[in-house]
Amino acid sequence: MLILVANPLTLVGVVLVATVVLAALLADLIAPFPDHRGAVVDFVNFNKPPSVAYIMGTDVVGRDLFSRILYAYRISLLMAVVVLAIAVPIGVALGLVAGYLGGRWEYGLMRLTDIFLAIPPLVLALSILGVMKPTLLNGMIAVTAMWWPWYTRLVYNITRGEKAEGYVLAAEVTGASRFHIMFREILPNCIPALVTKMTLDAGFVILIASSLSFLGLGVQAPTPDLGSMVAEGARYLPDQWWLSVFPGLAILVAVFGFNLVGDGMRDILGGDR
Amino acid sequence: MTPLLDIRDLRLSFRLWSGTVEVLHGISLSIARGERVALVGESGSGKSVTARIILGLIQAMRGARVSGQVLLDGQDLGLLSPRARHGLRGTAMTMIFQDPTSSLNPVLPILHQFREVLARKEPGISVAAAHDRAAAALQEVAIADADRVLGSYPFQLSGGMNQRVMIAMALANRPKLLVADEPGTALDVTVQAQTLDLMRGLVADHGTAVLFISHNLGVVREFADRTFVIYRGRIVEQGPTAAVFADPRHPYTRALMSAQPRLTAVGLPDIPERDPAFGDPMEVHP
Repeated sequence: MLILVANPLTLVGVVLVATVVLAALLADLIAPFPDHRGAVVDFVNFNKPPSVAYIMGTDVVGRDLFSRILYAYRISLLMAVVVLAIAVPIGVALGLVAGYLGGRWEYGLMRLTDIFLAIPPLVLALSILGVMKPTLLNGMIAVTAMWWPWYTRLVYNITRGEKAEGYVLAAEVTGASRFHIMFREILPNCIPALVTKMTLDAGFVILIASSLSFLGLGVQAPTPDLGSMVAEGARYLPDQWWLSVFPGLAILVAVFGFNLVGDGMRDILGGDR
Repeated sequence: MTPLLDIRDLRLSFRLWSGTVEVLHGISLSIARGERVALVGESGSGKSVTARIILGLIQAMRGARVSGQVLLDGQDLGLLSPRARHGLRGTAMTMIFQDPTSSLNPVLPILHQFREVLARKEPGISVAAAHDRAAAALQEVAIADADRVLGSYPFQLSGGMNQRVMIAMALANRPKLLVADEPGTALDVTVQAQTLDLMRGLVADHGTAVLFISHNLGVVREFADRTFVIYRGRIVEQGPTAAVFADPRHPYTRALMSAQPRLTAVGLPDIPERDPAFGDPMEVHP
């Protein structure tokens, strides 16, 4: 806690992230119009500017924007959690294998990650979604496919350094298996860097997922999604500005919050590699 | 009686882009059960690679070619399957290194690491049992507050403490052979002397044979029963420690001994990098 006080920006980040997470979890309780997350039409109240009843205004079919943003956070956070939960274990395992075993493993795996890293991430995701149906699940698959190589490279570099440490040699002469050395000796030494990167990445996944749905890929209507809401609202600029500005701000708050927390993690854990 | 460790005509070469470089030119060395043998030489003479060949670490490297035999208990280690060979590490033979602090994983508490060592011999040993065994092993190396040490991380302990923890771990599974590669060189002299003293007592109690690798003649003189002097991948002199020190016969051994700093000396003599006399045949003391 003292660390948070000494580092006010991290505190701001923690507050922002906590707000976003709570908003998503408690959407059912907070949202004034919970049913507006679906295909509801209320032509009496369409295109209303922000007011007391609709604090962020209503969209072109009369749905409350604030309620829809709360539910959109659910999708965004789900995306971040699922993508990291799949990409990190894959990337970490491949990085450990490439870094520790070396030789052909290193050559094969690192060239493969180089290939993935050479393709612009959005193009890679777009091409995957071009082949498959643009659904939430396929969106997650596409983002995961572009995410794991970064973890492979990070863990590979740490492993290369740790491999030269005395404790790895000591474990080898004690008869530790290669699996043991990779996952029980070296992996714990990667945790600080991984935690930092995962926190930063949670924000970037949300950003990329929003970019994809902004382009019409990923989550489909009527499910609320920040990216598609911005895209939809942008058509009515500047007259109905609230349609795109509030979802855009929502993205900003989430990404900014995770970034601040990530930077704070780096300071606290010393994972500056 | 067969010696515990018998190295016969061990040769090691590395294949490089520019050709093959031979590093060891036929080393022969034997250690009896419970015997303490020192391998002495300057940097780059082949001491450490010899130790690593015994443990089977060099063989795993690409480009390394090892010939000759290494027999443990009369069993040719080169003929064992990698799996069987792996099974010997940490149980029948083990090794300790120069820098004790870096030899322990910085992010794991001592007990965790101790338990992993004990689990080599006794898979699935419980945390409580491991704690008791580890505490007993730490008592042996004169660590009184074993509970605190077991709960600590390596960076919370002093270098001398870590060294003693390493020795306790190395001897915990009662190995037949302990290879000590310049143990404690990273520590200051008093601590080094203390821990070596402790180690000598312990290996004598357990009947563990030690291959002690060092460039420190003073330490070797104190510690070893027999001494082998190695120079540029060849053993140049061997024999009981007292005899080698009392009457060094090989020109290189003499040069090495004259390079030992003394309180009364005026300075260190200049030893040539190479001298034709250093290539003289091996001197063997009876």
